[in-house]
Amino acid sequence: MTTEIISRQPERFFLERFGLDRSLLEQIVGGAIARRADYADLYFEFRRAQSLGLEEGIVKSASQHVLQGVGVRVVAGDKTGYAYSDDVTVESLRLATRTAQAIAEESSDTRAVSVHQTPPVHDLYALQLAPLEAPLTEKVDLLSRIDIAARRHDPRIKNVMASIGVEQKLVLIVSSSGVLVGDVQPLVRLNITCIAEEGSNRQHGSYGGGGRVEYGFLLEEERYLRFTRAAADQALRNLQAVDAPAGTMTVVLGPGWPGILLHEAIGHGLEGDFNRKKVSAFSDLLGQPVASPLCTVIDDGTIAKRRGSLNVDDEGTPTGRTVLIDKGILRGYLQDRLNARLMGMPLTGNGRRESFAHIPMPRMTNTFMLAGESTPEEIVRSVDRGLYAAYFGGGQVDITNGKFVFSASEAYLIEGGRITRPVKGATLIGNGPEVLKHISMVGNDLHLDEGIGTCGKDGQSVPVGVGLPTVRIDALTVGGTQAAS
Amino acid sequence: MDAQPLQDVAERLLAAAKRHGASAADVVVAEGDTLEVGVRLGEVEKVKQARQKHLGLRVFIDKRSAITSSADFSHLALEQLAEDTCSLARVIAPDPFSGLPQAEELAAQIPDLDLYDPAIDALTAEQAIAAARETEQAALDSDPRITNSEGASYSSHTGRVVYASTLGFSGEYRTSSVSLSVVPVAAANGAMQRDYWYSAQRKLARLEEPAAVGRQAAARVLRRLNARRMPTCEVPVIFDAETAASLLSHLAGAVSGYALYKRTSFLLDKLGQRLAPEWVTVVDDGTIPGGLGSKPFDAEGLATRRTVVVDRGMLASYLLDTYSARKLNSRSTGNAARSVGDAPHVAPTNLVLQPGTASPADIISSVKRGLYVTELIGFGINPVTGDYSRGAVGQWIEDGAFAYPVEEITIAGNLLGMYDRIEAIGNDLQLRHAVAAPTVKIACMTVAGN
Repeated sequence: MTTEIISRQPERFFLERFGLDRSLLEQIVGGAIARRADYADLYFEFRRAQSLGLEEGIVKSASQHVLQGVGVRVVAGDKTGYAYSDDVTVESLRLATRTAQAIAEESSDTRAVSVHQTPPVHDLYALQLAPLEAPLTEKVDLLSRIDIAARRHDPRIKNVMASIGVEQKLVLIVSSSGVLVGDVQPLVRLNITCIAEEGSNRQHGSYGGGGRVEYGFLLEEERYLRFTRAAADQALRNLQAVDAPAGTMTVVLGPGWPGILLHEAIGHGLEGDFNRKKVSAFSDLLGQPVASPLCTVIDDGTIAKRRGSLNVDDEGTPTGRTVLIDKGILRGYLQDRLNARLMGMPLTGNGRRESFAHIPMPRMTNTFMLAGESTPEEIVRSVDRGLYAAYFGGGQVDITNGKFVFSASEAYLIEGGRITRPVKGATLIGNGPEVLKHISMVGNDLHLDEGIGTCGKDGQSVPVGVGLPTVRIDALTVGGTQAAS
Repeated sequence: MDAQPLQDVAERLLAAAKRHGASAADVVVAEGDTLEVGVRLGEVEKVKQARQKHLGLRVFIDKRSAITSSADFSHLALEQLAEDTCSLARVIAPDPFSGLPQAEELAAQIPDLDLYDPAIDALTAEQAIAAARETEQAALDSDPRITNSEGASYSSHTGRVVYASTLGFSGEYRTSSVSLSVVPVAAANGAMQRDYWYSAQRKLARLEEPAAVGRQAAARVLRRLNARRMPTCEVPVIFDAETAASLLSHLAGAVSGYALYKRTSFLLDKLGQRLAPEWVTVVDDGTIPGGLGSKPFDAEGLATRRTVVVDRGMLASYLLDTYSARKLNSRSTGNAARSVGDAPHVAPTNLVLQPGTASPADIISSVKRGLYVTELIGFGINPVTGDYSRGAVGQWIEDGAFAYPVEEITIAGNLLGMYDRIEAIGNDLQLRHAVAAPTVKIACMTVAGN
């Protein structure tokens, strides 16, 4: 597929599907920004999603969903009027526009708007074959192979739950600033959970991955087998886990998915909306040290085929690479259009929304720390007593006081510079503007996660990525049950 | 909105599914209007309005099943949907436990549970804005240390739900809901805190007064100012009514038939056993008039009911739908829930921890040294083992009284041990949410700090 077809296809698709034309879109957007409004946009979406689920050795569930609609937004100052409809007709567009416009004070004037196809800046996930088009029977077969592989891996694996989710999302964004841009966004995700049992001890382990890739990605280099073994091994290791320690101690985070630390501890706090409103613990800290000089943290929506990547954000702005922290100094915020304008800051391509039914907000894409100089072995060897956390469940942050948590699902004690016994999962808690100051070693092994992250904010979920090299944090609170003796 | 068309859509879709080879099928149709306004520092920040409709089709071809959903209700689209769903089902493995409920289990009548309030349909954006403004203003006016706000929001929803199946069941009900919330920000000594308060109801008249919601949010944020860290210790932990409800949500997850047959529940094989002291009784009741979790029939057409889940400390019942009941060789408890595009799963309706006799003040004064929890963050629950570890915010208790606020701590234990060591339950139950509890005291947990 060439770049040209990708960029043109969504427009043609939506106009044909809903019987619209470009001059009509210009008229509607022009009507929307009449007089008192600063900005208006239309967001058309057509999403098809398919999912297959296996448990107890058989593929039991299959589902397929079609979601379509249009969201109309009118912005005046810091006010947003929003209306959406799953019924895309000229009448519903006009009605939605009037509703959205009410916030900018009713007016019947129309402003002339002329929109132009915006040339694509990125082409990050052009595919030969959309994951939705890969034959269902192959997906069913893959799930069965995963079940067999997990059970063969170890007889203590007693149940396997696996699911494949694929989707294809077409969007078209038309704005009063003259932008007309479309995108075709594929997404694939494989999730595997294994249950291990030994006597009355039952444990689970989960692993998975994906991205904006073809379905075949799961098969390349036997990726699905690697995921399967990782889920099974996590469950098996948890059979041996001892109680996790409680209290403040040295924590080493493994590479990859533990990058959720960055997402929770600093990423959310650097989103433009919270900083414009000055309700973030990072408000007014631009140019200030917020991390050790070993830390450089980036948000990058332009990495090919990653789950968190986008050619354009959901306001039609090309995504970019934003340096959030440069050698310990806070350098940047993540912006959408509204907050960038009100703060007088550049757009960063981080205006995202869950669907046509949602108002865009500043959101992360792929957030990671650049590699440092230390080897992972050196880092572990440097710790006499501490915790090594290799894999995590979810996390959460209180933007205002900066306190964040993330929950380890695979962790070990470090004793005498060696990784020793597995410990039960525990929540780690820290303070966003402080935690990175305690990073005393950064590994040379930056990994991005496998492609499983979903971020929730104000009721909206979007796919994201994280990445981290091995890091040593000198002091972080570990929420286990064993108080130090 | 006219009642007939949605049921017609459902019937048409069922007929189409049968034409395309379905041996059985069911349909959920939902339609509704949403209004959402946000006000911040007295100014309108957003107004969002929409009408949405959606339907979900589940077909069975013998023991194979598939689910699809769409927002396109046109004849042509329904026909295509039925055909696609049947093709999808044909690639799936047969599952001997799958299928619709037995016809005799279906609700014989559909009670009016008083779930809809026309006053909410009549609500205008201007009224919503005025209420949100008043709420935020009350919070801002409460104290000069409240310097900022993430805003107040007011949202309302009214809608209709239809469920129909090839067993001949076709039922419909209307619902409404309205909620008001505010997040004030307070500052002291260079550090900020936020907290929130809310009210949610099915009836407009029962919504708390905006000023009362604002003042409560203010009181909650002010008591967090100057929070400290604290040393790691093992102490009694009191959950306020809001956070205590989360202990019931974890219970609901563990008594769900799906978690049990998949062996992912820490309550596996515990039915009939003692789970907690005799003063602990938990009831799921989908028939409470006007209840936020009430509904006249579940997502498979079975009547909702009152199920005692924990009876004076004994685990008395799991919560089941048709599929999970068959897997466990039992009968559905009428707890099937289904978002339009998903397969049924089990969910509680109104799940309530029955109140005790002690006042929250009595419970607090019973603690010499301990923690009173007012907010929990994070997802540190292991559903398979019950291991529990979450971030917490609260008040440190010395000699039966609040000494100072604490933060950046975790509380940890195991849910089995926590339920077992419930020492006191407050008399302060309010049905503020579908899952509700009064104040709960747990004898001992590990608090991790510095």
